[in-house]
Amino acid sequence: MPKDTHDRIFHTQGITKVYKTDAVEVHALRGVDVELFARELTVLLGASGSGKSTLLNILGGLDGATGGQAWFKDLELTAMRERDLTRYRRDHVGFVFQFYNLVPSLTARENVALVTEISRNPMRPEEALERVGLDHRMDHFPAEMSGGEQQRVAIARAIAKRPEVLLCDEPTGALDSNTGVQVLEALDKINADLGTTTVVITHNAGIREMAHRVIYFADGNISEVKLNATRVHPSQIVW
Amino acid sequence: MRSLDKKLVRDIGRLWAQSLAIAAVLATGVMIMVMSFGTQLSLVETRDTFYERNRFADVWSAARRAPLSLVPQIAAIDGVSRVEARISDYAILDIEGLVEPAMGQVLSLPTTTEPLLNVPLLRAGRMPAAGRVGEVMVNETFALANDFGLGDTFQVTLNGQKREVTIVGTALSPEFIYNIGPGALMPDDSRFGILWMAQDVLAAAFNLEGAFNSVSLKLTRGADLEDVKGALELVLKPYGGTGPYGRKEQISNAFLDGELKQLDVMARIVPPIFLVISAFLVNMVLGRLIALEREQIGLLKALGYSDLEVAWHYVKLAMGIGAIGVGLGWGFGLWSGRSMARVYQEFFHFPYLVFVQYPAIYAISALAGMTAAVVGAIGAVQRVVVLRPAVAMSPPAPTRFRKGLLDQVIRIFRPRQTTMMILRAIGRWPLRAALTSLGIATSASVMVASMFMFDAMDELMEVSFVQITRQDAVLAFALERPEIALEDVANLPGVLMAEGGWDLPVRLTHGPRTHTVAVTGLRKENTLSRVFDASSGALVRPEDGLVLSRRLAGHLDARIGDVVQVEFLQMGDQTHRVAVTGVVTQYFGLGAWMEADTLGRLLNRTPRITSANIEIDEAQVRALYEAVKSAPAISGITLLDQVRHSFDETIAENAGMTTTINSLLAAMIAIGVVYNSARIQLSERARELASLRILGFTRGEVSYILLGELAILTLVAIPLGLWIGTGLAAGIVAEFDSDLYSIPLVITRETYLRAVAVVAAAAVVSALIVRRRIDRMDLVAVMKTRE
Repeated sequence: MPKDTHDRIFHTQGITKVYKTDAVEVHALRGVDVELFARELTVLLGASGSGKSTLLNILGGLDGATGGQAWFKDLELTAMRERDLTRYRRDHVGFVFQFYNLVPSLTARENVALVTEISRNPMRPEEALERVGLDHRMDHFPAEMSGGEQQRVAIARAIAKRPEVLLCDEPTGALDSNTGVQVLEALDKINADLGTTTVVITHNAGIREMAHRVIYFADGNISEVKLNATRVHPSQIVW
Repeated sequence: MRSLDKKLVRDIGRLWAQSLAIAAVLATGVMIMVMSFGTQLSLVETRDTFYERNRFADVWSAARRAPLSLVPQIAAIDGVSRVEARISDYAILDIEGLVEPAMGQVLSLPTTTEPLLNVPLLRAGRMPAAGRVGEVMVNETFALANDFGLGDTFQVTLNGQKREVTIVGTALSPEFIYNIGPGALMPDDSRFGILWMAQDVLAAAFNLEGAFNSVSLKLTRGADLEDVKGALELVLKPYGGTGPYGRKEQISNAFLDGELKQLDVMARIVPPIFLVISAFLVNMVLGRLIALEREQIGLLKALGYSDLEVAWHYVKLAMGIGAIGVGLGWGFGLWSGRSMARVYQEFFHFPYLVFVQYPAIYAISALAGMTAAVVGAIGAVQRVVVLRPAVAMSPPAPTRFRKGLLDQVIRIFRPRQTTMMILRAIGRWPLRAALTSLGIATSASVMVASMFMFDAMDELMEVSFVQITRQDAVLAFALERPEIALEDVANLPGVLMAEGGWDLPVRLTHGPRTHTVAVTGLRKENTLSRVFDASSGALVRPEDGLVLSRRLAGHLDARIGDVVQVEFLQMGDQTHRVAVTGVVTQYFGLGAWMEADTLGRLLNRTPRITSANIEIDEAQVRALYEAVKSAPAISGITLLDQVRHSFDETIAENAGMTTTINSLLAAMIAIGVVYNSARIQLSERARELASLRILGFTRGEVSYILLGELAILTLVAIPLGLWIGTGLAAGIVAEFDSDLYSIPLVITRETYLRAVAVVAAAAVVSALIVRRRIDRMDLVAVMKTRE
């Protein structure tokens, strides 16, 4: 079912990204046009080096594009200065990374508080951790937790600010299948309960079955966009 | 507390060893600043209070004999607010229990009123009463040194008459805070004392009834010192005036000024060195730490923290370390400042100590300390914060190593791969290597600059006592005597050889420059006391002219060949023009010399003597002392052995503690730099080194890679540090060049070696500490972390 433009959260026109290191030029994105819609869980699928992380970084305001334009609603991301991008990330975006990126010297609760302290309308850190099922581990340090638990803390941290968008770069990449499923379940639940637009990058094809929309990447561009008629619960996903 | 602040506190805790190393260096700079300024300000305040309360004079002059009726004329001089005339002379003292003769300066106290100027502060007993011939008040330190109590007696030879006196009181005087006897180098409180006696008693003893031979003046606010001195000189000229002098030339005040200046120099020069090093350490540590925290910084920015907020977080880390350093520095500075002030109080015999605490010192030192820390941090922070979050969170681009010319050269030596790693690392970051070396070099330079003083003192003593003054004692005569008096001196028991010296007060003028000194007439045959140039090591003969010490020649802007006007004070109107035939370097005081015959010719008299240099037969020394104590013609004796001995003793007393403290400071700098460098490298290269261990390299081989680089940097740093230290020493020598004394620039091999030893030891200790960490690296855990 085609969506109309005022449900559109992200859209891009001709995004290119070139990395230059001395004599070598790497074309990570070659003129990408994409649309992402509210409340959808989208999976970006492709081999490593296909450009998915690069696109996610641009959409999240973590990096700039070499050419083309990108919009979040009616904010032109590619025209914004660093200071405005910071505000954008602060107010609208939650991130989840492959290697969790928790601050090792803060407890789970404090890691989440790190974000709520700078947010306009956050939920309490305790509530965020409850949503990911970690209310009993709030005062532990990352070093005292398993990989799955750390990733869930990262998710709690990402959603605590009630972002409109949740961007996840290989959230299960460092986890075994069981814990990976737990993480995916958390993401799915949040997308359903809070209506957060969620984008998940993965190279694991099986995960695409839980998405509303799947975007296939290859060689720096989108090769195909598919809508899933039916979605599979994360617990059913085969690794 | 915000989460980010909690992270801050825990980070400081995690990095406690490195933070402490940096804070210690910072604390030292702050401590020295607080201590030196605190001590100096307290001593200045104490001195000023004592001078004010006891009406320390502004101008002094001696004369041969001037009538008291002259006093109103002096008081009428424009700019003079008070005048006090008195009688002053030197005397030999015979103290029971003291084998050698002692010396005293005898001063008169007014009989009808309180003293107007230079008022002695009574400490025990009372002042001598008018007419009481046997009563004397002595300075407290002299009494303490000789274990005198009120009522004790000793003998004093006044104007040729030996008499017994009784101590009725003790006092401290602002004129004699630093009490050095004539010819001595250091205060010797048991052998030189100040004696106050009633004016009428001294007037009778010295045939100065109705007269005075010493005058002090107090000036009005805004009075011109030179004008007053000039006017006073005119008034006293007919009466054998020897040229007025002000506070700057007054011995006690001059030495006190010198000490205070030393403190000032210490406060101004040493702390900046420590603070700059701290800034450098903070920069180095924080810079690399922040580089290691790249991902976290990227994360914080991804979460929405602004550049400023992130930068501020790391600047606060630096400020945290700075605050610890400042706190430690304040604490130690306050404590040591008090102790030091007290030591000075006792050394200078101030009657009390005004301990001053200016909040400004603390504020300034804190500001300096924090600035050092923040400046160190800002450069480091700025570099990383500008990165985009995505770039920051991805691993840094691998370091680009290049094969360059240096590589070709090194390869000739076919080093092992591990050595290659060391050399490439140095070559890749030459600036960082250079700064680390410089930091270590500072440690060596601090050692050299602080320890060379002992070498300088040794040279000073060698030159002054072995080359120049080779006599065992100098006898001063109460009055000028004909040369034939030397025969009488030679006939004293125990005198092996006697040579004469003829000291005359003169004013030297060259163009617009003028200076008052004593010129010494010597005979060319003299062997006991010679004119010796310390810089060339040669003897210099005045021949028909005048030889000046280098500093005096500088004051007069006179060179060899220039003609100088010599006005003989105390001799009526005798002014002659004499050519400068030599300029010599000497370390004590200002000197001028002429041939005795030349002087005699100019003054149209046969040469006289005012002192005799003697060589003593050890076996008969007691007999000689007894004879001197009773000799009416002798008004003073300086025993050079004693002078040398007390000098050596004073230096030796301080040497041990000074050496220890300086070594500690130098070691602290070296450890601070080396330890931090090693620790950071270990963090940065943990993965690389762990990989090598897994490949089968031993702990020793892996340590070599890390510590080998530091060893090379230390080896380069040492000669650099010795060179910088020598430069600093030269600066110190220049700073302390004064009319009272100057220090030669002498640095022995032992001093250099000691500096090398301290730095090397500190470096080795740091290396060993880090080596333990390398040995205990958890290989598996390290490999699991992302590159």
